[in-house]
Amino acid sequence: MAVLIVIAVFVLIGLIVLVVGTPLRRAALQRAAAAAGGAAPPSGETSEEPLRRAELEAAREAKYREIRDAEMDFRTGKLSEPDYRALDGELRAEALRILDALDELDRASGREGSEQIG
Amino acid sequence: MNPSRKRKVRLIVALSAAVVLASALIYTSFSAASPALTPSQLLHEAQPGRTYMLTGTVVAGSVRHDGSVLDFAVRDRGGTAAVPLAYTGTVPDPFKEGREVIVTVEKQGDHYVGERNSLITKCPSKFKTAPPSEKQNY
Amino acid sequence: MAGLGFACLLLALAVCLYRIGASLYGVRRGRPEFSESGRRAVYALAGVLTVAFLVLEVAFLRNDFGFNTVADTSSRTTPTFYRAAAVWSSQEGSLLLWAWLLSLWSSLALFLTRRRMRDVAAYATAVLLGFAGFFVSLMIFYANPFATTRPAPAEGVGLDPLLRFPTMMIHPPMLYSGYTLCTIPLAFGVGALLARRVDADWIKAIRRFAFAGWLFLGAGILLGARWSYSELGWGGYWGWDAVENASLMPWLTATAFLHSLMIQEKRGMLKVWNVSLVLATGTLAIMGTFLVRSGVLNSIHAFGGATLGVPFVCLIGVLIAGSIYLVVSRREMLRSENRLDSLLSRESIFLANNLVLVGLCFVIFWGTYFPLISEAVTGQESSVGPPWFDRYTVPLALVLVLLSGIGPVIAWRRATLANARRNFMIPVAVALIALGGLAAAGIARKPLALAMFCAGAFVLAVVAQEFVRGTRVRKAMAGETAPRALLSLVQRNRRRYGGYIVHVGIAVLFIGVAASSSFQHATELQLRPGQSTKVGAYTLRYVRPTASITPKYDRAHTGSTVALGAEVAVTKGGHRVTTLNPSEGYYSSGEASQGTVGSLIGGQPVSHVSIDGGATRDIWGAIQPNIESGRLKKIVEAGNRTLSPDEAIVAIGLLAREYLKHAPPAQFHFIVSPLVLWIWVGGLIVFLGGLVAAWPAPSLVRAKAAARFRARSSRELARA
Repeated sequence: MAVLIVIAVFVLIGLIVLVVGTPLRRAALQRAAAAAGGAAPPSGETSEEPLRRAELEAAREAKYREIRDAEMDFRTGKLSEPDYRALDGELRAEALRILDALDELDRASGREGSEQIG
Repeated sequence: MNPSRKRKVRLIVALSAAVVLASALIYTSFSAASPALTPSQLLHEAQPGRTYMLTGTVVAGSVRHDGSVLDFAVRDRGGTAAVPLAYTGTVPDPFKEGREVIVTVEKQGDHYVGERNSLITKCPSKFKTAPPSEKQNY
Repeated sequence: MAGLGFACLLLALAVCLYRIGASLYGVRRGRPEFSESGRRAVYALAGVLTVAFLVLEVAFLRNDFGFNTVADTSSRTTPTFYRAAAVWSSQEGSLLLWAWLLSLWSSLALFLTRRRMRDVAAYATAVLLGFAGFFVSLMIFYANPFATTRPAPAEGVGLDPLLRFPTMMIHPPMLYSGYTLCTIPLAFGVGALLARRVDADWIKAIRRFAFAGWLFLGAGILLGARWSYSELGWGGYWGWDAVENASLMPWLTATAFLHSLMIQEKRGMLKVWNVSLVLATGTLAIMGTFLVRSGVLNSIHAFGGATLGVPFVCLIGVLIAGSIYLVVSRREMLRSENRLDSLLSRESIFLANNLVLVGLCFVIFWGTYFPLISEAVTGQESSVGPPWFDRYTVPLALVLVLLSGIGPVIAWRRATLANARRNFMIPVAVALIALGGLAAAGIARKPLALAMFCAGAFVLAVVAQEFVRGTRVRKAMAGETAPRALLSLVQRNRRRYGGYIVHVGIAVLFIGVAASSSFQHATELQLRPGQSTKVGAYTLRYVRPTASITPKYDRAHTGSTVALGAEVAVTKGGHRVTTLNPSEGYYSSGEASQGTVGSLIGGQPVSHVSIDGGATRDIWGAIQPNIESGRLKKIVEAGNRTLSPDEAIVAIGLLAREYLKHAPPAQFHFIVSPLVLWIWVGGLIVFLGGLVAAWPAPSLVRAKAAARFRARSSRELARA
């Protein structure tokens, strides 16, 4: 019985090391391969981009929801027509700003991509 | 008034209201509270007309049912000073001699009267977990 | 087997410590693979704790009394279902459950955010592993669930009969899920502050976890209230007990947070407020966990002695100090991007709602911790009772319900005053009609209850109006039939209409609370068979005594040795309404000192309450038979003297028969409360509404909206 338990514990330790260590091993291998191939290793810099993109996309979704909410408010009689038009204009302007920022991001990463290929 | 001034005024009004309400709250809590006392403290300090939360152990042999009134005595957890009291109301299931109880009492003349439905009994602990005890209130 | 369980705990701790270091290292050095490894460490932790939990569970099911916890809380006579659930009835087992649930929910949370917010997630992982490590350390050093005694005792003490009810067994897992889910937003909040990113993406992720915590906590609270009402011999559902309050406080801040988060999403305001709420919710959840198991305050749960108090106080101290430091040092980043446009806007109503909720939380906090506060200030420990709590929470609750009716009618950002006034006409009229009608019916003698009824009527009218208007709009826009329009209306505006449903649930719940607490009739008295009493409009007569002996007749399936009770006939105006069958169950104590027969019934007795629930009122009855009366006592003593343990059950049969023939007068407790059912119904509506609100919208809808918008905006750009 005791032997079984000891074996079970070792199996568990092995599993944990495997699960937890895989990314580390993968990254080490990648770095080794990259060093051999001469290309730049993945740095922390470009990882900024997906974060910023996620942020902008979430902001965009929230803004769309606001626009729809405003329309709903108007149609259910909570806003007068002039108030609604004014609000709608404001919201759309804010949304355009977000879309512009996203486009800017696309262009920047597109440029980077073409640089790497070329 | 310009908008930023208006906002400042609103903020001050709101904060003052909050402070006033909080003070009222704090003040009444101190005056409405019942002090928690052990039997020996109660015998010493109890004033007629005030309510106290008595905590202690039920004295063995002191429990008597007298119609709808339950008479029992509460002693210090580690001592002998005991307070006899008369209690009416629901009695929690775990109530037994030797169990720890909390009951709200008031001194009336020479004896102590337990407040209706204020008896709480804790289950015996034995260094480990104590299962939940039953609470009666109102 | 116990060795395996304990080894798991040690492994768990090792994993936690190692990965906290690694996660932090990975984030600081910009090595994403360490963050990834940290995430997997949480999965590994969940796996290891699952094994540990299973080991304990199996021990309970197999009646392995070598395990101390099994011997303390289970027995051969405990029914299987309760044996399985007894795992978390002890201090040690409940700590394991807490840690296990934390690891499970953390794994889920990290899995869902695996592609985003890597920097925030790395810090969050460290925090969550810190909590897990804390609880695992508690188990290893203070309260080991795998402690054993060999040779194993033959029989266990048995599960406390007070816990042998289904609601009571689901209550801890629900509540702990709620508590642990509340720590996840805290972890992500800390992570966001440390990584200096409090933005739209963070909002999206954190909302889901905060909502999950809100849902489970609410379910746990409601289950606890229901258990208290239907199983305890007290007949109440809320007593302002320290432990009840401890679970309510984080729920209140979570509710506030869910509302104010919307303001941050729309206007970039209230960042400091929101972050503070998130940190407060998590801290209050930990404090709630601590309160239940430290015995620091006198309350229903006296879980464990003072040994656990010190580590918890340290943890809470660290949490509070750390939170304050983080918020203060990051305040630049948390500056509002906008200001409140107008007082007449939904944002300001939400703000008011937040203030009321936080105010409620403060009142409850003050009252709950008052014994400690008063001791610190005056040297004398005092406590405040339910009347004090009621005095302050009832008006606040009233304002809250009113706000929940006003909010839906006001538009975002800047509402039009004329429109708002017009929209309020019908609901206010409904409320006034209710006021008049109820006052005429004599309800005015309880002004607070009357006010709550009118507020509730107001909210119901507002929501009904909203649904009607919305359906009409949808019909006009899409030409659908009314039922279809209603369905698609809710589907396309889940958050809004789900929220309205939640408000309906709250209104119904408070109407039930107001009615059942203000218009209750209760009686406690002694009755002999044949006697009757009047409670409210009902007459209750003690028809005859009842007795049932397990296992064949144990209706409640709780394993009582014998249950003595009564049949009570309830009539109103001469017509039979119902029959109540309250009884008191007597359980084995396992203490030989009480004698062979005495030990069979010397355990914790439990009231089996009988309730006739209805849409308009509940009739509630409990009995406390006098088992110490002369004749019954003689039978027990004779049995103790002459019977061996195996024969002792015969005396129980004699006892039951004697009770049926010559029942001594028993103590009865009867309560007639109106509208109690609606409390539970209201709670159910709240959860359904919450589910509707939180259900993720199909991305198809979002894509269509996005496409439509781009087309329109490009047209405008072309024009401009």
